[in-house]
Amino acid sequence: MSQLTANLKDCAAVAFVALLLFGPFLGLQLGDNNAGNLTLSTRPELLAIAVGLTFAARFLLLLWHERRSRRKPNMRVAAAVAKSGKFVGPVLLVAVVLMPIIPGVENSYIDLGVLIMTYVMLGWGLNIVVGLAGLLDLGYVAFYAVGAYSYALLSQNFGLGFWECLPLCGILAAAWGIFLGFPVLRLRGDYLAIVTLAFGEIIRLVITNWVALTGGPNGIDSIPHPSFFGLTFDMAGGPGTFAGFFNVTPTPGQRTTYLYYIILALALLTNWVTLRLRRQPLGRAWEALREDEIACRSLGINLRNTKLTAFAIGAMFGGFAGCFFATRESFISPDSFTFIESATVLAIVVLGGAGSQLGIVLAAMVMIGVPELLQSLQIYRMLIFGIALVVIMVVRPRGFISTRTPTVSLGKAKIIGADMISEGRG
Amino acid sequence: MTDTILEVSQLTMRFGGLTAVNEVSFAAKRGDITAVIGPNGAGKTTVFNCITGFYKPSSGSISIAHKQGEAIRLDRLPGHSIAKKGRVARTFQNIRLFGGMTVLENLLVAQHNKLQAATGFGVLAILGIGKYRKAEKSAIELAKHWLEQTNLMERADDPAGSLPYGAQRRLEIARAMCTDPVLLCLDEPAAGLNPRESVALNELLLKIRDAGCSLLLIEHDMGVVMKISDHVVVLEYGKKIADGTPEEIRNNPEVIKAYLGEGDEDDPDAPIAETLEEAP
Repeated sequence: MSQLTANLKDCAAVAFVALLLFGPFLGLQLGDNNAGNLTLSTRPELLAIAVGLTFAARFLLLLWHERRSRRKPNMRVAAAVAKSGKFVGPVLLVAVVLMPIIPGVENSYIDLGVLIMTYVMLGWGLNIVVGLAGLLDLGYVAFYAVGAYSYALLSQNFGLGFWECLPLCGILAAAWGIFLGFPVLRLRGDYLAIVTLAFGEIIRLVITNWVALTGGPNGIDSIPHPSFFGLTFDMAGGPGTFAGFFNVTPTPGQRTTYLYYIILALALLTNWVTLRLRRQPLGRAWEALREDEIACRSLGINLRNTKLTAFAIGAMFGGFAGCFFATRESFISPDSFTFIESATVLAIVVLGGAGSQLGIVLAAMVMIGVPELLQSLQIYRMLIFGIALVVIMVVRPRGFISTRTPTVSLGKAKIIGADMISEGRG
Repeated sequence: MTDTILEVSQLTMRFGGLTAVNEVSFAAKRGDITAVIGPNGAGKTTVFNCITGFYKPSSGSISIAHKQGEAIRLDRLPGHSIAKKGRVARTFQNIRLFGGMTVLENLLVAQHNKLQAATGFGVLAILGIGKYRKAEKSAIELAKHWLEQTNLMERADDPAGSLPYGAQRRLEIARAMCTDPVLLCLDEPAAGLNPRESVALNELLLKIRDAGCSLLLIEHDMGVVMKISDHVVVLEYGKKIADGTPEEIRNNPEVIKAYLGEGDEDDPDAPIAETLEEAP
């Protein structure tokens, strides 16, 4: 009985907060009368509905939590999820590889695929830093920007093409990763997050204000598209173009499809390197670092080098993705590298379940794909999206796939539950 | 073998105005189990943290003598090199395992430096060439050896965080041994163990000693200290008050005073050994 009273009290408190929040937004409405004067009308019934819904939702949530806390954490479900991951991954891969060549698939879907895969790649890159090494990085967009501007500037000033610039962008971004890594080596947790956040902003502000080099807020345009073994995707056709060489009619879809396979290859490279590294001393040291830094030190692991390699390798993949972004858009400006990008990528990593490769793919599809696909719902789009995210985090607080697969085993590898795994504080 | 492996001389550690350790000197012999005992707050763990590089001593020196080559000043090495170059491993009073990693993974992380050297800066191992496979195989063999010694073989693929307390203690020792140390420092290894586990721990520590690794341990459990130590150092208020064999320590009036307060005039023959053995 006292439990019920406590629950009702909690619900009343939540409903009160909802009243304060919804009051101005839903309760009041500005309009104008015919004379052109502003009028203020109230909408008490709408406000009441919103507050009532909040109360009910909170009550149900509390009931559900109680039921769940009585139950033991279900390892069977976790194991089933991890097991299904074994074939969900390959099936997804085949579908992704075949998607552009299925006849009848619209160009806009291929384009959306390119966008999602860019974020998958960014998510996988950031996953090395946040998911494996447990270092909270809020400024990941900085490396994305470094990669994009490296390609833009190298191609504008030195006439280098996409394929020559790609490794250079990765190297430059990795260098910046190390450069950022040094001052923040001693910082942990919230402090680390704030400094990396600042670093992301500094890069953006430098780009905005160094007009002579970067064009400032006007950005850089006509960045060359990638070529296919020297063949361009010019719409005019003719010799030296893809369409002319293969003797087909030039369509915009050809370039989109080409870009699609480039980002697919880059993302798979990221995934492959991460999976290989996880099974190596370096990857294990990253995970050990996330679990317990002091124990790592007592075992003779060089914390500085381990952290810096995590920053550098994560930044390198961010740089690759940035390079791809620049060549795809063919125009970049500082507006593309705001904090919201870092937040989105971090949200993908957290939503996917930090450390899980497949979870990040699912999360990127939800975070990037859903808002795009809901375009037709217009203003309700972000509302539904927001509710969906809240529901996901309530149901799966540690992300879609929160379990961990051991990197080595004597017998049959057992899935490790989320309750054992540390989230990292550094 | 009676040469010195660890030489601590004039070690002082100050935290602001507080002198936690005051000019402590002692030596540990190679192949011995040396115990550091003392009442709570005597500075035992501080000495330990200085030896294992977690604190930089305010003054004094700590050096370790390897069988080959010159003595190494531990107080001058950066933290992570203590295990690598100094070959000193440690365990923690409040167990510090990698809870989300399996028992086997814990033991492989301990062999990080050896394995990392075989990966060719990571690049060769990513491509699957080079000698990494062989190195990993031998690392797993070493891990298996210590899993057998610590009786953890069946739990090898379980997450370390799911082990019972006693097994976690043993795993921490196994993990430290996987770094291939010449000196193993144990911070209260018997804390929280039941009598049976405590006996098993004694056997394990003696086995480690007989395999050629010297031990240094902080311990409150006098049963463990008196039974297995070859040499005991007693600290009180940051100073060394006694140093000798367990037998000498048992009968040392300074030690009796530190542990029990002033000796009882009426009963000068109160058997300190019994009291010490009963001490928590």
